[in-house]
Amino acid sequence: MLEQLIDLMNRLNVNMLSWLPEAASTYAQAIDEVFYIIYIITGLAFLLVTVLMFWFLLQFKARPGRRARYSHGNVALELIWTIVPTLVFLGIFFYSQSTWSIIKYPSVFPEYDVHVRVVAKQFAWEFHYPGPDGEFDTDDDRMFDGEMYVPVDKVIGMQLRGSDVIHSFFVPEFRLKQDILPRRDIPAWFNATKTGRFEAPCAELCGPGHSGMKGWVNVYDDAEYQAWVAEQWPPAPVEEAPAVDAGAEETGQADMPQGDVPPQGEADPEDGGQADTVE
Amino acid sequence: MSESSVATHAGHHREGFVKHYFFSLDHKMIGRQFLFTGMFMLVIGGLLAMMVRWQLGYPEEPLPFMGGFSEDFWDGESWWAQTAPFGIVTSEFYNTLFTMHATIMIFFVVMPIMVGGFGNFLIPICIGAKDMAFPVLNMLSYWTFVPGVLLMLLSFFVPGGAAGGGWTNYAPLAAVPDYAGVEGHWGVTLWCISLFIIGFSSLMGSINYITTIINMRAPGMTLFRMPLTVWSLFIVAILLLLALPVLTSALAMMVFDRMFGTHFFIPDGGGEPLLWQHLFWFFGHPEVYILVLPAMGVTSDVLSVFARKPIFGYRAMVYSMCAIALLSWVVWGHHMFQSGMDPVLGTAFTLTTMLIAVPSAIKTFNWLGTLWGSSIRFTTAMWFALGFVSLFTIGGLSGIFMASTPVDIFIHDTYYIVAHIHYVVAGIIFGIFAGLYFWFPKMFGRMMSETLGKLHFLLTFVFFNLTFFPMHFLGVGGHMRRIYNPEQYEFLQPWQEMNTFITMMALCLGASQIFFVINFVGSLIWGRRAEANPWEANTLEWDAPSPPPHGNFIEDPVVYRGAYEYSSPEVEEDWLPQSVLLEPIAAEQEDHD
Repeated sequence: MLEQLIDLMNRLNVNMLSWLPEAASTYAQAIDEVFYIIYIITGLAFLLVTVLMFWFLLQFKARPGRRARYSHGNVALELIWTIVPTLVFLGIFFYSQSTWSIIKYPSVFPEYDVHVRVVAKQFAWEFHYPGPDGEFDTDDDRMFDGEMYVPVDKVIGMQLRGSDVIHSFFVPEFRLKQDILPRRDIPAWFNATKTGRFEAPCAELCGPGHSGMKGWVNVYDDAEYQAWVAEQWPPAPVEEAPAVDAGAEETGQADMPQGDVPPQGEADPEDGGQADTVE
Repeated sequence: MSESSVATHAGHHREGFVKHYFFSLDHKMIGRQFLFTGMFMLVIGGLLAMMVRWQLGYPEEPLPFMGGFSEDFWDGESWWAQTAPFGIVTSEFYNTLFTMHATIMIFFVVMPIMVGGFGNFLIPICIGAKDMAFPVLNMLSYWTFVPGVLLMLLSFFVPGGAAGGGWTNYAPLAAVPDYAGVEGHWGVTLWCISLFIIGFSSLMGSINYITTIINMRAPGMTLFRMPLTVWSLFIVAILLLLALPVLTSALAMMVFDRMFGTHFFIPDGGGEPLLWQHLFWFFGHPEVYILVLPAMGVTSDVLSVFARKPIFGYRAMVYSMCAIALLSWVVWGHHMFQSGMDPVLGTAFTLTTMLIAVPSAIKTFNWLGTLWGSSIRFTTAMWFALGFVSLFTIGGLSGIFMASTPVDIFIHDTYYIVAHIHYVVAGIIFGIFAGLYFWFPKMFGRMMSETLGKLHFLLTFVFFNLTFFPMHFLGVGGHMRRIYNPEQYEFLQPWQEMNTFITMMALCLGASQIFFVINFVGSLIWGRRAEANPWEANTLEWDAPSPPPHGNFIEDPVVYRGAYEYSSPEVEEDWLPQSVLLEPIAAEQEDHD
């Protein structure tokens, strides 16, 4: 049904949403669907108002000898245009809500396949990987400046950590956007459905270098990703070492003296990742 | 202040030049002062927008008209050579440009013109009062506003330039001077102090408006006989009284963070950046309605006058404005869906936001209902009112997209938002123009040129839409707002042509305003003398001479009916002023609703 409508809009050349970047994550499709539904509803409302207005303007131009109707309103009509919009808006609310909760409620996040910590600072992204031990802030952590590497069709769990001002991690093709606050870890996730290289700009004004603050998300297929992992963490035996606070050194580049770093290893939503987003 | 002392004050006639034009206690002169200040700032705010658009359309190319400066000039130490070397907008200056554009347009154009200008001029005269309840406080309100204006303008010239954190100035970017990356810290500080000062100006005004409307209505002017413009200003005054102190306190906290080492908004000392956002938007959302409600009121009045028909659903219009005012306190979180606020709160704010759309829809349909069966006189004021209705329709409908949380994930902080705010807030300028063309004869005693006016409307309406509608497309394409150079992003490069097109249209939109300036200034000097009631309107201001003397009315008006008795069967003409006493039998049938 929706597809036919989109098709019709394309043929009439009134599909503003054809400007959307390609959808390359699991929830991108869901978001676009809500987008389209609202576009169609508001488009019809706009059409209704415009047609009525033009009709009235043409029809009711002042002419000598004709008098305007002396009317102060019409209760039935007013009830209709109170109740109908209310129902429509409530419908949009419930429809939106289901999609929103799936994407953003930490309590219903899917299980993560890959953990990445994204550290935002003026004016670059850093992507930290926990390495084979799956723990952040250990010796085998690796950091990539401005480049993120993820496998396709896997749930990528992100721990978004700020260090100076507010930034916002935005990947247009994934329909992913989440502000990043200093001294706080905010959980987010995505599941890319297409391989490729996607631009990841900062979407929140963060200072004079805001424009141009961006990184890239490289989505690999499974074999490519395994090869990349093997390259970064060669399977040679790693010496046992006490967990040095490597991550803190990385984030310590901020202009401000380090205060208390947020608790570590909270990428997993099951064990308290959500606590950090609660006010 | 008692009625009698107002009467005494209004009784003064001969005044010196300075007393008459600068330190006047007359609400109409104070209204004109706010109007002229606002129009002056509109020129500045508009020029800032042109520079923003230039940079987006022609990134890092010299601004037009820069060829006239010599090499020596650019080598020199002058302010302009330092701010925009070789006429090229730097990224620091760019941030300043859009920050100050928004700040000026909101706080120094729409608020002073709508609330200060129309509010002062219209409230007493529309309710049949001789002046405001507190004339001295009224004068003080204007003269408190002036230093705010001067400080804001001065901030362009301090080291490091004016504020550049966006008109929202989110912490910690705005709370910690070092993060701004410029060599002086006075920009944001002056921004805070200036807004702090004009907060007091607004408080004085709002107390005055509320007192005047409650206490000083003419005999017979019940609340439900007031014109909708006065209703809207009444509600706005209440919103101002309650909302501005929140901003004022937040600004004080921001200044403390910047200058005195506190950590209200700085996490390194245990502060909370989101607290600023909550405080700012707790003020900021009522603020949006403070801006738009008077435009709705003016539009309702102008539509009814020129449709020669009672406003459709008067009480529903009043109640929906009240509903908007109440709900405006519980929707602020919709600016913060992606901020890191608990997403469950996002759900709650979506619900309230969907509800606040209902009264806006009611108002739009009531405007249409007013047109139905009417007898329309297409004056310039009418065209601008119709323009406001159509722009508000688009702005209102595009708001539903961002009210929907999942869609907002994508369009938040993109040009979709920029398109939306301009359809709503810049659309208010259409309400302002409607009001100016409508009340100009009353304000200045002369008529404006209708031919120039209609030309002005046509060009403004066309170029407005060609400027702002394509921004929806850019937003759907993911184009972020507040970026200095879109060419830095690969995914935006295919759309640079659209940016250039928007810039050209914006320049045309700016240039079209020349017709307004010519019309306004020319009519002030050469315009045909206006009679008392050139539009054959009902409300009390049209009983007074044009322009009204100090004290407004020759005879104290008495009100017998509502403001919208157009085409009433009781009289032969198609208007029936509020103050006309009909034969006793007809007069009993007062309130039609």
